[in-house]
Amino acid sequence: MPFKRYVEIGRVALVNFGKDYGKLVVIVDIIDQNRALVDSPDMIRSQMNFKRLTLTDITIDIKRSPNKKTLIAAMEAADVMNKWENSSWGRKLSVQTRRASLNDFDRFKIMLAKIKKAGIVRQELAKLKKESTA
Amino acid sequence: MAPKQVRKGSRNPDLIRGLGKFSRSKMYHKRGLWAIKAKNGGAFPTHTKSTTTSAVSAEKVKFYPADDVKKPLANRRKERPTKLRASITPGTVLIILTGRFKGKRVVFLKQLSSGLLLVTGPFKINGVPLRRVNQAYVIATSTKVDIATVNVDKFDDKYFAKKVEKKKTKGEGEFFEADKEEKNVLPTEKKDDQKAVDASLIKAIESVPELKAYLGARFSLKSGMKPHELVF
Repeated sequence: MPFKRYVEIGRVALVNFGKDYGKLVVIVDIIDQNRALVDSPDMIRSQMNFKRLTLTDITIDIKRSPNKKTLIAAMEAADVMNKWENSSWGRKLSVQTRRASLNDFDRFKIMLAKIKKAGIVRQELAKLKKESTA
Repeated sequence: MAPKQVRKGSRNPDLIRGLGKFSRSKMYHKRGLWAIKAKNGGAFPTHTKSTTTSAVSAEKVKFYPADDVKKPLANRRKERPTKLRASITPGTVLIILTGRFKGKRVVFLKQLSSGLLLVTGPFKINGVPLRRVNQAYVIATSTKVDIATVNVDKFDDKYFAKKVEKKKTKGEGEFFEADKEEKNVLPTEKKDDQKAVDASLIKAIESVPELKAYLGARFSLKSGMKPHELVF
């Protein structure tokens, strides 16, 4: 029940609304109760309402309002992108984007592959059942 | 001499709309009209006047029609085939949406002069023959087949025109027999055309894994598929 992810300087968040939807950003300063100053290696530092952000588990070690160079260095040191891509949340997101971008032909190939896999699984199961009853 | 430089835009930039930066005398100098005059010996070069309409306008026209005759507006419309969607290029796999072949995935060959798309199954794979299809009733997928080896030059709209039959006069006794006309048999020529086009196409299709099965299957919307979110 207690909160585990706090809004703090250095907290990595995912943007869930607006022009920068889907980006990972770092909270670099807090403006007031509702807004934070937010920055990322590929965007201009800007303010964002907390309602647009979803906090992640990742934090980096920075002081208030670092310059871009320091920020990027701190992100490298904390290995943010790798941690994100290996986290279950990050993996789920990449699967979602992959599925959304599938071609009609890709969907067909996947259907064939699923049927094949199910067939193999069923064969193995039948074998195991036979062994257990025999 | 320096090579001739093409000038872009006017020499007189706008201060505000309708007001140029330079006055008439400044522009005269900038355009080099003084140099053109000097080259031509103190006056502007003129064309030799051609004698054209002087004869007609000399005599006074005595008769004017009582009512104004309205001239129809000039029609500059050029007839051209429907604009082809950028996603449809020769070799694209299309999904037909209406008609007896709805849901079939089909290979696009070329656009005919009427604007319709020439399409083939290939026949052996999914039963769709060389056929014309309207662009509006088609979804273009991003899958492409290599169509370089196929020659589609001989197909045009006339190839698909309906055969005009001779009118049969219906006599009383012949009523029941005359209806037993021979069924429309496809002339062997068309069958050969189909085979010729499909031969090289099928080779190209078989070189891509699973493409043959893909073209043989029909497309359908399953539960959870949102057409506006699908990438084709």
